[in-house]
Amino acid sequence: MRYAMVIDTLKCVGCSDCVVACQTENDVPIGYCRDWITETVSGAYPTIELELKSERCNHCDNAPCVRCCPTGASHQLDNGIVLVTGDECIGCGACIESCPYDARFQHPDGYVDKCTFCHHRLEKGQLPACVSVCPTKCMYFGDLDNPNSEVSRLLKNRKHKTLAPEAGTKPKVYYLI
Amino acid sequence: MTTSRRKFIKISALGLGGVAATTSAIKMFGANPYLDELVKENVAKKFKRTPTYCEVCFWKCAAWTYTNENGEIKKIIGNDNDPHCYGRLCPRGTGGVGMYNDEDRLKTPLIRTTVNGEDTFRKASWEEALDLIAAKFKAVKDKYGAESLALLKHGAPGKHFEHLYKALGSDTIAEPAYAQCRGAREAGFNATFGSWIGSPEPTDIRDTKCLVLIGSHIGENMHNSQVQEMSDAIDNGATIITVDPRLSTAASKSKHWLAIKPATDIALMLAWMNVIIEEGLYDKEYVEKYGLGFNELKEYVSTFTPEWAYGITTIKPELIRETAREMGNAAPSVIIHPGRHVSWYGDDTQRARAMAILNGLLGSWGRRGGFYFKESIKVPKYPHPAYNHPKWGWKEIGEKYPLAQMGITTEVIKASIPSPDNKYPVKAWLVAGTNITKSIPDRKLLEAAMDELEFMVVVDTMPMDVTGYADVVLPECTYLERFDGIRSATNREPSIALRMPAVKPKYDSKPSWWIAKQLGERLGVGDYFAYDDYKEVIEWQLEKMGTSLEEMEKIGVKNFPRKSRSLYLKEDEKYEFPTMSGKIEFYSKELKELGFDPMPKYTAHPEPPQGFYRLNYGRAPMHTFSRTANNPNLNDLKKENDLWVNPKVARIIGLKTGQRVWLRNQDEITSTFSIKVRVTERVRWDSVYMVHGFGHDNKKLTRAYAKGINDTQLVSKVAVDPIMGGTGMRGNFVEILTENPHKNTEI
Repeated sequence: MRYAMVIDTLKCVGCSDCVVACQTENDVPIGYCRDWITETVSGAYPTIELELKSERCNHCDNAPCVRCCPTGASHQLDNGIVLVTGDECIGCGACIESCPYDARFQHPDGYVDKCTFCHHRLEKGQLPACVSVCPTKCMYFGDLDNPNSEVSRLLKNRKHKTLAPEAGTKPKVYYLI
Repeated sequence: MTTSRRKFIKISALGLGGVAATTSAIKMFGANPYLDELVKENVAKKFKRTPTYCEVCFWKCAAWTYTNENGEIKKIIGNDNDPHCYGRLCPRGTGGVGMYNDEDRLKTPLIRTTVNGEDTFRKASWEEALDLIAAKFKAVKDKYGAESLALLKHGAPGKHFEHLYKALGSDTIAEPAYAQCRGAREAGFNATFGSWIGSPEPTDIRDTKCLVLIGSHIGENMHNSQVQEMSDAIDNGATIITVDPRLSTAASKSKHWLAIKPATDIALMLAWMNVIIEEGLYDKEYVEKYGLGFNELKEYVSTFTPEWAYGITTIKPELIRETAREMGNAAPSVIIHPGRHVSWYGDDTQRARAMAILNGLLGSWGRRGGFYFKESIKVPKYPHPAYNHPKWGWKEIGEKYPLAQMGITTEVIKASIPSPDNKYPVKAWLVAGTNITKSIPDRKLLEAAMDELEFMVVVDTMPMDVTGYADVVLPECTYLERFDGIRSATNREPSIALRMPAVKPKYDSKPSWWIAKQLGERLGVGDYFAYDDYKEVIEWQLEKMGTSLEEMEKIGVKNFPRKSRSLYLKEDEKYEFPTMSGKIEFYSKELKELGFDPMPKYTAHPEPPQGFYRLNYGRAPMHTFSRTANNPNLNDLKKENDLWVNPKVARIIGLKTGQRVWLRNQDEITSTFSIKVRVTERVRWDSVYMVHGFGHDNKKLTRAYAKGINDTQLVSKVAVDPIMGGTGMRGNFVEILTENPHKNTEI
């Protein structure tokens, strides 16, 4: 079992619903977020490309945040999900610095917080809050180890990319392009 | 659009929340005492869900409000069986929690008073506020007649006051949603197909092969099911053609983006008609069977070649031809989308007519992938005495505009200014759920009217700018705290949705049904409100419809089978369109007889003079009107609007992204606040763009006050649609000021 997320940039409209849904699902305090939207514009009027996409922790197979954590608070589950154990976290911020995706932040309660792929929902057979709310249905979630999963099939059939592949982190959030 | 992360602030909230996890989740993390503890805590939590439909915009998606054991609203999730949202709310619906939590909400009734010569509000009891309104309304009614009481409204609360007004004998009712928004498309499509578009639009986007958007920015407008269906259409490989001077989100998803010169859309559509007819791309059988005036149309558009349109629209002739052929090939599974906010240039009914005619030529009305025949279910009327017949009302006030199908807010406003030729003196307003200072153009006229009123009441959940003009302000509770009318809307299949309170009203706020009833009782029409709780009305209606409150509490949404007719036209069907002629009117005799062009005509509109830029405005997906700017959750996503400026313009004026500027329009109206520049290739060099609904004047909106510019403030020039009274608002030009024009004045 290796959880991954696939996001179709051809469908994303950048509405930020994933951001609010995550905030209300996970009690993320207002002013903070575990996922966010980026907009990239290239070209000149009227030949312009616009890419909108939802970003978050990439739950990397080779996670620098886990390696650099001095207390072991940052750790990876067998299913590939990277988590932070709040009361083991001393808030040193090494993981925040090490993350090439800027996916982590200091929670006001004094620990480092980030996307959990909504593990508490997965356990009940539900999809992450962002995936289940997305009005364009541009987000897919599933098991990379299962060749028949929706995510595996999409990655097999569609052109895709990951963010900052040069960092060598082996990220597990994929973008269809 | 990127959410910022503010600096360290101490808030007592735990990281792990949401729905209670099952016991098996405890084992999920193995040796992880911290997480185990959190999960255990959550397992103990019991969440209750209550049905509602959203009121953050007008799409009215059905949803579940989740409350925890402390009675706090934790989240709102779409109802899976709802055809408006299919279980997925948009960001505003998901962020509806913020509407309830907003600590800036109106908390008690307020009455205008004077202290040391200055107007201010004082807190009042409901009893006092309602007595005062009743006394003032009665005085107006006795002196001028009930007709002089006007209601300006929007959304669910408006319905309750509409009932009160009709009971009192006033039909002086209007909403900005008509003449300032979608009215022209209703008039234009009605004149062609004999049918309104209505809401939600009966566009069969999920099955379309070609979707044509003309200035309609689906994806930035989060008209939920429509956004979802556009996404389905992308999956299905449909062709999207977007006509917009700005690279909208939809334009970026389109096969063809036609970067049109603003205000020239009718010329483009006439050229499309020309190609579609000349090249025989139209649906001949359909046109022959259902159309009227095709030969006149053919003759009329014969000179409007793509080459002719090129000089006007700047769209290359080959692209006009190519896109026309795309539509022809997809026909009848093609949609020339009617749009929603269409009050642009004053010839908007004619532009809507052009869209309707294209749909008629391509045979898309009543066809799969085009427009389906919508159907809704009738909610039985709770018994009440017959309404009184007013001597005049919205119709008479708007009599100059023969095809207006609803009250024209701007005409009601004009009727509120006394003059010798004003036959319809309006003397008092009740404004419910609409922030007219941000939706009505020509602020000077609006303020003059409000000055003349004998009495003005505003009902809202928030201290919107308009409350500052009221004599009495009444705090309405949010949609999450009240019952409202059953939602029954037109869809593929009829459906109803229930809204019931998930929690008790916060502060001293009250539902509109209660306010209307209280006023009704004080004004002598109490027998129109024969219930103690609106719940009784809902219970009675649901029973008549073959369900019950008990059942609806459990399901939230009930879908009914279609009864009227098939969703699409049948092969050999002899369908009679609900027009005067029973046909699709390519040539409109009705318009001709009223003295208007029977077929749409391209008119050149004024262009910005040197140093000025056309002010275009639109929507952001996380905000509705000016309603949500202060919502803590949605404000967190977008705090203010920015001014989109083409890099060429930025170079000339010397602007940088992030720089603050002020705007001054052609009538020398200067924006109160500043706006941040965003230099982007996504806009043309002859126009600037901003999202509507920002730049709030009321300091009581602590998050939204003074953030960004209010576009409507700069709309002082209005091009009125002579057919239905719509107010065209896209003909205003602004210059960009880099120095603060208010340096020496206090705001």
